[in-house]
Amino acid sequence: MAGALSSLAFGSVGGSAFERRAATRDPAWVKWLILGLSLSFFAIFILLPLIAVFVEALRKGWGTYITALSEPDALAAVRLTLIAAAIAVPLNLIFGVSAAWAIAKYQFRGKNALTTLIDLPFSVSPVVAGLVFVLVFGAQGWFGSWLGDHNIRIIFAVPGIVLATIFVTFPFVARELIPLMESQGREEEEAAIVLGASGLQTFWRVTLPNIKWGLLYGVILCNARAMGEFGAVSVVSGHIRGQTNTLPLHVEIVYNEYNFAAAFAVASLLALLALFTLILKTIIEVRAASQVAKA
Amino acid sequence: MFPMIFRRGLVGAMLLASLASLPAAAQTEKALLNVSYDPTRELYADFNNAFSKYWKEKTGEVVKISQSHGGSGKQARTIIDGLEADVATLALAYDIDEIAERSGKLPKDWQTRLPNNSSPYTSTIVFLVRKGNPKGIKDWNDLAKPGVSVITPNPKTSGGARWNYLAAWGYALKTNGGDEAKAKEFLAAIFKNVPVLDSGARGSTTTFVQRGLGDVLLAWENEGFLSINEFGPDKFEVVVPSLSILAEPPVTLVDEVAKKHGTTDVAKAYLDYLYSPEGQKLAAKHYYRPRKPELADPADNARFPNVTLFTIDDVFGGWQKAQKTHFADGGTFDEIYQPK
Repeated sequence: MAGALSSLAFGSVGGSAFERRAATRDPAWVKWLILGLSLSFFAIFILLPLIAVFVEALRKGWGTYITALSEPDALAAVRLTLIAAAIAVPLNLIFGVSAAWAIAKYQFRGKNALTTLIDLPFSVSPVVAGLVFVLVFGAQGWFGSWLGDHNIRIIFAVPGIVLATIFVTFPFVARELIPLMESQGREEEEAAIVLGASGLQTFWRVTLPNIKWGLLYGVILCNARAMGEFGAVSVVSGHIRGQTNTLPLHVEIVYNEYNFAAAFAVASLLALLALFTLILKTIIEVRAASQVAKA
Repeated sequence: MFPMIFRRGLVGAMLLASLASLPAAAQTEKALLNVSYDPTRELYADFNNAFSKYWKEKTGEVVKISQSHGGSGKQARTIIDGLEADVATLALAYDIDEIAERSGKLPKDWQTRLPNNSSPYTSTIVFLVRKGNPKGIKDWNDLAKPGVSVITPNPKTSGGARWNYLAAWGYALKTNGGDEAKAKEFLAAIFKNVPVLDSGARGSTTTFVQRGLGDVLLAWENEGFLSINEFGPDKFEVVVPSLSILAEPPVTLVDEVAKKHGTTDVAKAYLDYLYSPEGQKLAAKHYYRPRKPELADPADNARFPNVTLFTIDDVFGGWQKAQKTHFADGGTFDEIYQPK
């Protein structure tokens, strides 16, 4: 990261063609103003909070940090977060591929409506998303009494948390794949079929390799959101310690118990997840770019 | 590409399988869920351990007690929506009335089933100020003065906030000779000084002590003392007003849920244990006023300041009436509070 920053700040010594020509060169103060503005924004809004999380987490030393993370309720929160992501991400992967396939490769009535509706979870507030599940599956909700009679628990239990997670992470994979598959068109698949490949073979050998970087990128974003979601999950969780708290909810609970070091220790796990996501994302972008360059 | 995808599917399937097997393993022990309000976290963390030990010795059964905490009104709503609480230990009777009313999971006369209006401990509302009391806050009328910033949670969602509000109202009536219109003006002046309404008592406490907002926090007595314990007497002090309200946080069995879980006996014993010497001792230790102070540690009892207390029944004619007049939609609170 430091390397990237310094190349941003000093890498312009050689300058681009635009910068070398007096006619197209911005005045020096404009350049430094814009650079300074964006870098200080970055430092204040991104870098500072990130550093603060780790400083607070380690304020009472590594011992407290490890204890906070190995406490049973924290482990339960980690486990629940992993379970929710392990169910939500593969389901949204399947959905995302099939939706993108349908939209990119077929013509059908209501296609535009579907494309728009896929984005719904992005445009609706997560709290509303959570409340919808309470209205549908809650004891006073549409299916509430039926579920109660059959002793099936959805909200305030793991299934509700998984449902809410699926809802908020719904668009990530599809959004990533639709433009990609639309731009690739159907020619390669048609060629494969003409050459005698079966449908499944075409998918595995032609389509999947073409979309794999986009797909991975979508999956990573989907996973990051699935593990980090707070609002919708908070509404359907019931906040039972050690049972229905995901990592973000656990952070809030521990913070409210004046256990600030522990709260930030758990928060640092989420921050690490974010950093890891960024690194993976960068690797994938580089790989994808080199693949495009080769082709 | 394929093997990787297959492997991922396999891992997913294994995770699902292990998930499915989780609840089965937990059935060998009894489990209780206590859905409580915000500031009781420390009390019940302690009490649950004591009760588990007691129950193990008495019956040989292992009982695991889980906790959920939040604003009292919000917690009641969650139980109505289906959170399967075996016992509810909330901030005020009205919230449990609502559960009885809307979900039918417990009888409407629930409050008569245990002694002392089903409240094994009481509390009151005090002020927490910054060390040295820089704004010189002594009593309720100081809160209405311009330039004083007051932190209290939202009466719509928090039980503590409703007690705060009613305590101020009771003080106003007492000092102005029972004039309701003047009391309303007084409350409006106080709420003009409130910069932020958190949804629960604990949220307000962190706003005041951690984020450093406000000159005075209207707090549960136990919450005020706890903050001093956590952050040191060199930072905060408790100011006791001339008059306050007797807050009775009630507890109850949620009959239908306990019946379904087969936990009625243990849930009842759990609530009874709150009235036992051990329960009363723990309540006093965590700054809740025990109903039977003679059972608690005298050193703990000595920490409670003398306050003149009035009850909600005396001044407001009970929770149902107070709720309807003040906190229901279009009630007095809605009339006096304009969000900034």
